Amino acid sequence: MRRRDLLSLIGAAAGSSALLLAMTNLGHAQESDYAGPITLSGDPKGASVLILGAGLAGMVAALELRKAGYRVQVLEYNGRVGGRTWTIRGGDRFTELGGARQDCGFDQGLYLNPGPWRIPYHHRALLDYCKRLGVAMEPFIQVNANAYLHSKDAFGGQPQRYRTVQADFGGAVSEMLAKAVNADKLNALVSKEDTEVLLAALQDWGALDDSYAYKPGPYASERRGWRKPPGGGLSAEPIDSTPLRPADMLHSHLWRRLSAGLDYDYQTTLFQPVGGMDMIAKAFAREVGDLVRMNARVTTVAQDEGGVHVTWEDTASKTTQQSHADWCLCTIPLSVLSQIEMSVGAPMAAAIAAVPYSASVKIGLQFHRRFWETDEAIYGGISYTDLPINMIGYPATGYFGSGKGVLLGAYAFGTYAFELESLSPAERIGRALAFGAQIHPQYPAEFDNGMAVAWHRVPSNLGCYGQWTDAARSSHYRDLCAIDGRILLAGEHASYIPAWQEGAVLSSLDAITRLHERVMKS
Amino acid sequence: MVIIATPSGIDTPATAQTFGSPTHFTEQGGAAVYGSVCAACHMPDGRGAEGAGRYPSLAHNIRLQEPGYPIATIMWGQGAMPPFARTLSDQQIADVVGYVQTHFGNAYPQAPTPADVKTARLSKTDQTR
Repeated sequence: MRRRDLLSLIGAAAGSSALLLAMTNLGHAQESDYAGPITLSGDPKGASVLILGAGLAGMVAALELRKAGYRVQVLEYNGRVGGRTWTIRGGDRFTELGGARQDCGFDQGLYLNPGPWRIPYHHRALLDYCKRLGVAMEPFIQVNANAYLHSKDAFGGQPQRYRTVQADFGGAVSEMLAKAVNADKLNALVSKEDTEVLLAALQDWGALDDSYAYKPGPYASERRGWRKPPGGGLSAEPIDSTPLRPADMLHSHLWRRLSAGLDYDYQTTLFQPVGGMDMIAKAFAREVGDLVRMNARVTTVAQDEGGVHVTWEDTASKTTQQSHADWCLCTIPLSVLSQIEMSVGAPMAAAIAAVPYSASVKIGLQFHRRFWETDEAIYGGISYTDLPINMIGYPATGYFGSGKGVLLGAYAFGTYAFELESLSPAERIGRALAFGAQIHPQYPAEFDNGMAVAWHRVPSNLGCYGQWTDAARSSHYRDLCAIDGRILLAGEHASYIPAWQEGAVLSSLDAITRLHERVMKS
Repeated sequence: MVIIATPSGIDTPATAQTFGSPTHFTEQGGAAVYGSVCAACHMPDGRGAEGAGRYPSLAHNIRLQEPGYPIATIMWGQGAMPPFARTLSDQQIADVVGYVQTHFGNAYPQAPTPADVKTARLSKTDQTR
């Protein structure tokens, strides 16, 4: 084993220990700072607010401000509400920047969520709105032990079951540490009294046998699965499986993806709205849809002592319109807002221009049958790969259906996302099929049709989310969130939870609370 | 059109994209870098696009006359445009600047060298990108 691999291994093991420690302190774990529905008490005396953008931040604000007695109008660029809270279904048409048009051919009930697709249980503000607005939820499967971890460079490109990599990683690390303990190598770290407890913990965590070895046998098989699982009757006797050689497992680097499901944002339980993420947008539309003017492209945002004056183009009629209000809550993504003429001070203007927008590509692939379930017993969850598609997401709904199914065939970031974005939609789908077939050889025979969404080419957004650096945050974040005269901003970009819906909701609640305080004082 | 036969049995047309690394771009030459990175927003024909906001057209663009501006913009980004200092090499940036300076109706033949790009890289003042 090379020293670099050993260091990686120890690092990963330390991370797991830290996690266990965090879990034992669950009572003190940091939750969302959401403290329940907000109350904006006091009479705003007919004050008006113009909200720009009908994504989650804008619709939360519209709902709460109207309830508090404000006169509210919302302008939205798209011909639908929801922003990135978006679902594409059969019959939908999407035209990206550059003019490529896709007509979705998914079967009834099948869909792609091009934006957010999972909601952690601790995103309490968003989930509270879902509960209050009657959005039906179902579990989203993040970790599936029977899904795959795959590297084109490991095990001859053969995908490995998540379960076996997880078991063999834990087994190898535990065995190594147990040997070190028994050879008195950890004396400086572990007291004599703690040694016994540590050995018991390693045996339990790593599925070690009574000699602290991780090797073929009932303990290891209970964790990683059998070569022939236990059955009934005369053919009942199980046959143990053989763990991956520790050096092979380490050099495969497949263990890198084991931590995905351990991070706070991905810990069980996660949820998804039944029927698609835009069920949340539809629920908000039932509440505040009457306030939203769609197909409105904002061109200038001006303010003076009298109020805020917004010029916008009705993209349907190609006419220029004006809207006025006492206050403006602007939730337009900074990728777009940085190009809109806006009368705000230099600090907010600099903050608006400080945040680059991420590349990201999601590709939905419809197949003639749910082969991942019937052939491979994968029900929901995610297979991870070092191929440019990054992952394959299996639908966490419609299990055992006999009709077609839609997979998430790519969810790419970084360099690979730029390379996919710069292709035509059909070429992106072709690449996703070619890469994915290295994991699921059923792809070529079973493929039906697909939809590819490249976020830099989404006309309303020009990018996936605001990519703050620590340096940019320390220079600009407070200026971005501060009230500038009669204007303030909200959205995931005005949060410490970038790219997540919860960031948009919390930033909106924070913004309208401060706005209301200002109005009450004036 | 050239067709690449992949091990999967699915044929994909040959494109400039190399998909070589998750940490840096591996395309070589101005045309390949442009077609695999810049084209995501500025479009394969260099004309940009317009939605709620717009991607500037690089066609007949006087701002490309001197290499300093495109070098700095590619390296550190601008507004929503991401920085590429960490994902493109000096050679790749020099090549792609030379490419946009001589395509899309531009005829500014004084292409930068990798050394020019390196000089610009070392003169960074804005630490937030």
